[in-house]
Order: sequence, then structure tokens, then C-alpha cells
Amino acid sequence: MCGIIGLFIKNPELECQLGAWVAPMLVEMSERGPDSAGIAVYRDPVGEGAAKLTVVSDDPGYDWTGVTAGLQQAFGHHAACRPWVNHAVLTATATADELQRWLGVQYPMLRLTSAGTTIEIYKEKGAPREFINRFQLESLSGSHAVCHTRMATESAVTTEHSHPFSTGLDLCLVHNGSLSNHNRLRAMLQRQGVAFQTDNDSEVAAGYLMWRLRKGATLEEALAAALRDLDGFYTFAIGTRDGFAVLRDPFGCKPAVLAETDDWAAMSSEFRAIATLPGVEHAQIWEPVPEQIYSWSRPR
Amino acid sequence: MNQIDLATASTRDLNIRLHQLDGNGDRHWRVLHPNGKHALAVGLDAPVEVTIEGHVGYYCAGMNKQAHITVRGSAGPGLAENIMSGTVRVMGNTSQYAAASGHGGLVVIDGDASARCGISMKGVDIVVGGSVGHMSAFMAQAGRLVVCGDAGQHLGDSIYEAILYVRGCVASLGSDCVEKPMTDEHLATLGALLAQANIAADPRAFRRYGSARQLYHYKIDNADAY
Amino acid sequence: MSGNDQLGQTLRGSATFTPAVLDAIYRAADTGIYEIRGFGAKRQLPSFDDLIFLGASMSRYPLEGYRETCETGVTIGARFAKTPIELKVPVTFAGMSFGALGTHAKEALGHAATALGTTTTTGDGGMTDEERNASKTLVYQVLPSRYGLNPDDLRRADAIEIVVGQGAKPGGGGMLLGQKITARVAEMRTLPEGIDQRSACRHPDWTGPDDLEIKIQELREITDWEKPIYVKIGATRTAYDVALCVKSGADAIVLDGMQGGTAATQEVFIEHVGIPTLPAVRLAVEALQELDMHRKVQLIVSGGIRSGADVAKALALGADAVSLGSAALVALGCNKPVFVDDYEQLGTAPGYCHHCHTGRCPVGITTQDPVLEARLHPEQGARWLQNYVTVMVMELQTIARACGKSHVLNLEPEDMVALTIEAAAMAGVPLAGTNWIPGRSGA
Repeated sequence: MCGIIGLFIKNPELECQLGAWVAPMLVEMSERGPDSAGIAVYRDPVGEGAAKLTVVSDDPGYDWTGVTAGLQQAFGHHAACRPWVNHAVLTATATADELQRWLGVQYPMLRLTSAGTTIEIYKEKGAPREFINRFQLESLSGSHAVCHTRMATESAVTTEHSHPFSTGLDLCLVHNGSLSNHNRLRAMLQRQGVAFQTDNDSEVAAGYLMWRLRKGATLEEALAAALRDLDGFYTFAIGTRDGFAVLRDPFGCKPAVLAETDDWAAMSSEFRAIATLPGVEHAQIWEPVPEQIYSWSRPR
Repeated sequence: MNQIDLATASTRDLNIRLHQLDGNGDRHWRVLHPNGKHALAVGLDAPVEVTIEGHVGYYCAGMNKQAHITVRGSAGPGLAENIMSGTVRVMGNTSQYAAASGHGGLVVIDGDASARCGISMKGVDIVVGGSVGHMSAFMAQAGRLVVCGDAGQHLGDSIYEAILYVRGCVASLGSDCVEKPMTDEHLATLGALLAQANIAADPRAFRRYGSARQLYHYKIDNADAY
Repeated sequence: MSGNDQLGQTLRGSATFTPAVLDAIYRAADTGIYEIRGFGAKRQLPSFDDLIFLGASMSRYPLEGYRETCETGVTIGARFAKTPIELKVPVTFAGMSFGALGTHAKEALGHAATALGTTTTTGDGGMTDEERNASKTLVYQVLPSRYGLNPDDLRRADAIEIVVGQGAKPGGGGMLLGQKITARVAEMRTLPEGIDQRSACRHPDWTGPDDLEIKIQELREITDWEKPIYVKIGATRTAYDVALCVKSGADAIVLDGMQGGTAATQEVFIEHVGIPTLPAVRLAVEALQELDMHRKVQLIVSGGIRSGADVAKALALGADAVSLGSAALVALGCNKPVFVDDYEQLGTAPGYCHHCHTGRCPVGITTQDPVLEARLHPEQGARWLQNYVTVMVMELQTIARACGKSHVLNLEPEDMVALTIEAAAMAGVPLAGTNWIPGRSGA
């Protein structure tokens, strides 16, 4: 069980506030999610023909200088490796596929948390407050973020089991709830070529969406199919390149609150997280209806 | 007028203070900066008036007895759950399970009430100015639910003896819940409830729903309903 | 099954379609409704009977009976509550409703608990004055149905037990058939008299441990943080469930295994859902240890506890106390060979009866009928219960002393071995005569 958060900055001039606004929201969600925390932040889009990966090392003292050298050798001197705590953001003029393949061969010990052009996913065990401090979240800027605080239900408390789960390029998913048919779905998706790192039900939901999108569905079609094929209780927040979406299952038992002002749109499991946002006293506040997709995005 | 500011005081401080009241002396209380906190003004048992200035989290006014509590904002899940007596009014909307298993008293929601409003109600009266979500009045045993707006899917599923009045559209009725005729007596009752709730509406625009009582004994022909 | 036909040749029965199975199918075809009954799982299950203690000899020394004390006191719920529960003995009485039971049974349980220095627990109908007056320390259940729940009873209880499930039917809710819904029961539950009570299986105002945490806070705020809050679960995914109870803020966990009884539920639920108590205890204790919460969040175990040996085994596996349901009713006379004609009229016999759901309990326990209830005298019942639990505790101490323990909570898994491979795997103790714990070590 968990707390989930989505924050979308409508006004580009306020992007510098993203971290400062999202950090107190995460703190409010600590009680319902004390085991681990994660954030998918969308910022610093790479240029045309380039890609961005986020990776994490199990070794807290990992030396990233070798990675930088290797990247530049393979992809040119514009390639970069920017370490951040025990994660690093790799950018290069290449497709995400090429970058991932290179990574898999050269650095198999590094785990991928996200791939795309703007997304960066950081996640770690431990209380949300610690996570915020270690990753200096308050200083982050970006267009939008999807976050998660975790109370592990049926799988272990490890970094891999933490959300957000990346579902595809610039896509991620966070989940509050408990699926009941994810084991058979996982087996089916594995046969379809989807790889899983954990036995976590949320990862199955993420994998399912990616599979649908890979087969050509739009995000809305993939989510509509998920309503049919996933069983159990869930509130999902999905991050996309340009924004985020929220979906509740037909039972609608897991909580969700939405709020919007001229400056931002936000989603959380409990209102008290949204209560920390500036201008909330004038916000439109409402509860998402089950089975309806709510989304916000920047025009491209 | 007494006041407690939750920007500096804790939820514990608030409830301890309110539990000490007996209705003599300080009868009016204001609570500032609730900011979505949970379990505010729970378990009160005195004829006092508490006004909460802002939005509240889960279980506001839970198990209320005698007190009159007003939320000048919206409320999270489980508003006034298991209320025994007194009144609770929310001027905005509430989240799920409003007045769950309430035994008595009156709960008024000026806005919308979300899913499972009045679930397991056992005698409370609930008046909603707006609409209610799916599974409202699920297993409702006693009391009255009045909805001026619409009702979502499966209204009154597995209902016992509670009485439902709805003015707008009912998306669908739940197991064993059926429409029933409105008599003069019902019109009078409904009128009184609306007046008590201070909500203006014409009782003649409402329809009445209640139990068909077909599920009161286990039998094969009800198999679909289980 | 076998028999002889007229030629003296053997008749062959089917192990798949046994007489009991044939009967069940005929019944379903006749009535079109599932079988509902009382009592717990009747089929053979791996249980505490498959574990034995390694008493003292040369390498370990026993305590003298009677002279060298073996303490039995246990404190439940010191984690957050101002007034935890002090038990003189690690044996409590499980939640059973007024409605399922009559008032005489509830009074007997209450008086016995008071004399013993332990607790009784209310059930799915709420708190009666009789029980509150009879029982010095009373645990008040908060169930999905919320029948009769009110803040006054919450405040006059000594502890609160949030029921997520019970061993007989994990995932199901309470059930009481019309014949037991008398005027008084109906009034307490806000139901029409004589109907078959339908059950809610989820709580009306929370779903999931993240929301349960908030619910527990609400109950603490209403009761000014005085009373311990237990969470009761039926044994299924016990390792996860216990961890989540801890994370939700429970002071104590009540774990009810598959053998746990009920006054009425579907036969398929009783026999085919939930795991036996034996593996459940080990899973729960390991989950607590992993969170460093063993002995800090107490574990009370129920589901087929019958003797001091069962208590000793539960404690040795790591429980802090046990709870009696069916066994307590047996002490009150359940299945006793008296009023034998009445058993026959129900279509059963002493020793085989599970007809609590009918409300026609021949010995006056699970009935609302005053004529039948009169057969159980509360004072006599209290005396029986007090004797029975006193014997249990003496048996427990006998075993504990033989293992060299001056407090019963010092019993450990290493004091036991298993007689079967299943029990060894489930309890996590070696198969007798070997070092082998299947799935773990020594193969």
C-alpha cells in the first residue's frame, strides 16, 4: 500500500519550483508509505536524435568517471554522465535502444530505472524524508513529476521493487492498491517478450501498459484495456513525456484527490499532500470518478 | 468564541480539549488551518458547536454524539463515520464512505458525496445537496438518505430497511433495491428532512427507493444476488 | 469404504466420491443453497500434535514442579497504549458474538476470565451489559458489519480488536441465520427480526493497510490513546499480513488458523480457505522478527488450541499468548453426551455435532431459545471454564519446567522436534532424529 503524487506545472516560468513544491507532498505521504520513495521527474529534454537514460548502482561509492569516458568514446564528445547520489543520468546522440544495448554490454552491473528524452527516475529504500534530503529534491526543477511512497505489501522492500516503474520511453507508472491477477498476466507478458525485474504487482501493470503501447495503442486505449484486463484495486498515476494521467479501478476504494489552479495540476492519495501547495485555497478540488482517465499535458 | 489553530496545535491537542467539554460554558469553538488532517473532532460527546475552517482529511467528526460540527470546506473519506447523534455539515464535497454505519443524528453535505455514501447506515439521516457516487446506501439497514442530485451505479445494493429519496437520475439500482411509491406521509417526512438540512427542494420532485426484501432469507432463486 | 454384497464379494467405495461427498451433492441438488454450519475445520490437518518437546536430561536441567516458579504473566499492547492489558495467564477467550452465543455462555466466559485474570472478547453483535459486568477485562471487536458499534462501548472496553478476518473464513464476513435473530439480537444489530443476516466482508470505511493506519489513529483519538488496539487476521498470506499489521500501527496481532471455529458459515469456506495454525505461527513470528517487533507487538494465536501442550507449542514457536474459541465451548458442554435425543432430532449425535447455526444447541450454548439456554447455568459454566484453563496452564507449566524454563515465554522452537516431514517444514523445526528442516537446512 502506498501514497502517490503527481504534479504538473502549467506555467513554464514556475518550473524551478517543481522540487520545492513536491518535497512537502512526499513528506505528507510518509505515513502511508514508510518503506521507500521514488520520483520520476521530467526535465532538461535532450535534443533531436539524442536520448537519456537513468541508471542506478548498488555500490554507493561507484566511480562514474569510467562511464563518462566510455560513453564519449562510443557516442561522441557530447555524450555525458551526470552522477546524482547513487544514480546517474546518461545522455548521448543515439537512440534509447542503442544506448541501452551499449549499457547492457559495457556495464551490466548498472540497473536501468528510466529511458527516454526527458524522464529521470530516482528511487531508494528508506523513509521519504531521507530520500528528499539525499537527493536534494527541493532543488529540482522540471515540467512535471510523478512520485511514490511505499508500504510494501507482497514483495520485498528493495530499490528494484520501488515505484515508479518505467513502462517505456518517457513513460512511468505509480500504483496504490493491490492487483489480484498479476501472476498469470506476468507469465503471459514474459512470453510476449516483456522483461521483469521483480515479483511486484505494480511492475506487471507497468509492463502491461508498455506491451499495449508497443502494439500501437494510444495511452487512452492502453488504459481502457487495463481496466478490462487487470483485476484488483488500484489508483494509477502515469507519467508521459508531456504530462501525466490518473486512473481509478471500477471499485474505486483506493483514495485519490485531484486539484488544479492556473499554475499547476496535482494528484495525491490524500488531500493533506495537496494542502501544502501554494494557491490551494483557490484551487478546484475534486475526486476522480472510477474508470475515467484524467490527463494534463503541455502542447508540443 | 474559542479557537484552536492546527498550525501550532496538534490533532491530539484538539481532541483532548474537545473531549473535556460538557456543554456548560464554552459552547462555540473554531478550528483553524485543518489542512486535510485526519480524525479531527472525533468522539465528541457534548452539545457544543465546532466550526472547522477549511478542508479536512479522513474520519472528521467520527462517532459524534450531541455536537454540531460544521466543515467550511470539503472532507475526506469516512466523514462522521458511526455518528450516534448531533449534526455534521460539510459545505463542500465529501469523499467516500460519508456517514458510514451511522446510528443517528443528521449529516448534511451541501456538495457531492462520492461513492458508498451511507454504506452500512444504521439509523443516521443523510441529506446531500449534490450527487452521490456508486454503491451508495450499500447494506443500508436503517435511516434515511436524501439525494437532491443524481445517484451512481448500484444504489442501495443489499439494502435492509433504510429509505432512500432521490431527485435526479439513478444510474442503476443494486440487488434487492426497488422504487416504491411516494405517499403523503413520505412527502411530509422528506419535507421535514430537507427543512432540517436547510436545503430548499420540492419533495414532490423526488422518488423513493427501498428494499424488496427478497434477500431476507437464503433461497436458490436469489443465487444471482449472492 | 467396503462392504459385502449377497454373494459375500467386497463392495468398492470411491475415495473421490466418499459417502460425505455423495451426501453433499444430494443436498446441493435438493436445496440449491450451499451448506452452512458451525464449528471449525473437521478434516485431518498438520497440527501441533505433530510436534513434541525435548525435555531436560543431561544437557538441560528441569525446574522442580511447585517449588521453583514458572511464571505465566504476559503484557499485551504496551507499544502505544497508556493502559496495556496484563494477563495472569497466556490464555484468553476469543471473540464470539452474543447472537452466535446466548447470554448464559457469555456470562460464564466473563466470570471465568475474571477469576483467571484474563480477557474475553465481544463479537459480531456488539457489547452486552452482561458481558461487560461479568468480564473484568474485555476486548471490544470492531468488525466489517459494525453491528452495535458505538463510542460509549469503545470507551468502556479495555482493548479494541479490529477484525480483518477469522480463521474459519478468511475473506468472509459474519453470518447469523434467522432462527437466531430474536428481538434482542435484532435490536442490537439494527436488523429485522427473523431474517438471515447477510455479511459484509470488508470494512465500510477503509480498504488496505495504508487506510487502516488512519483508522487506527481515529480510534486512538476517540479513546484518548488509552487502550491497546489489536488487529485480528485469518491465516492466509501471514508473512505479508503480519508485517502490514505492524506497519498500520497495531499493538498486538491476533492470528486465527484454519482450525478456528465459527457459529455459522459455508462449509467450503471452513474446509478450503486459510492455512492451518501450525505454519501460520512460524510465518507470523518470522515476520515480526524481521521487523524487530517480536515481543514488542504481541502475537495471540488461535485455531484449534485444546490443551496445555498446544499452548506450550504455540508459545515455543514465538506466540505471546493463545486464544480459545471452540475449546472453551467444549468446556461449557459442547458435544457432551447429554440430551442425546435433541442431538438426534438435529440429525447428529454427541461428538459429531456442528449445528450451532440452527440455534437449537442441545446444551444451551449457541442458542437464543430460553428453554435450551436454561440447560447451561452461568455459574456452573464459569466453574468448568476456570477449571479447564487452570488445568491448561498447569500442563503448560509442567512442560515449560521440564524444558528448564522459569517463564513460559522462554520456550523456544529449539525445544521441539517434528514427527512428520510436513510438520517439520511448516513449523521450521527438525524432523525427530535428524537435523533436517525441509526447505531450510540439514538435508
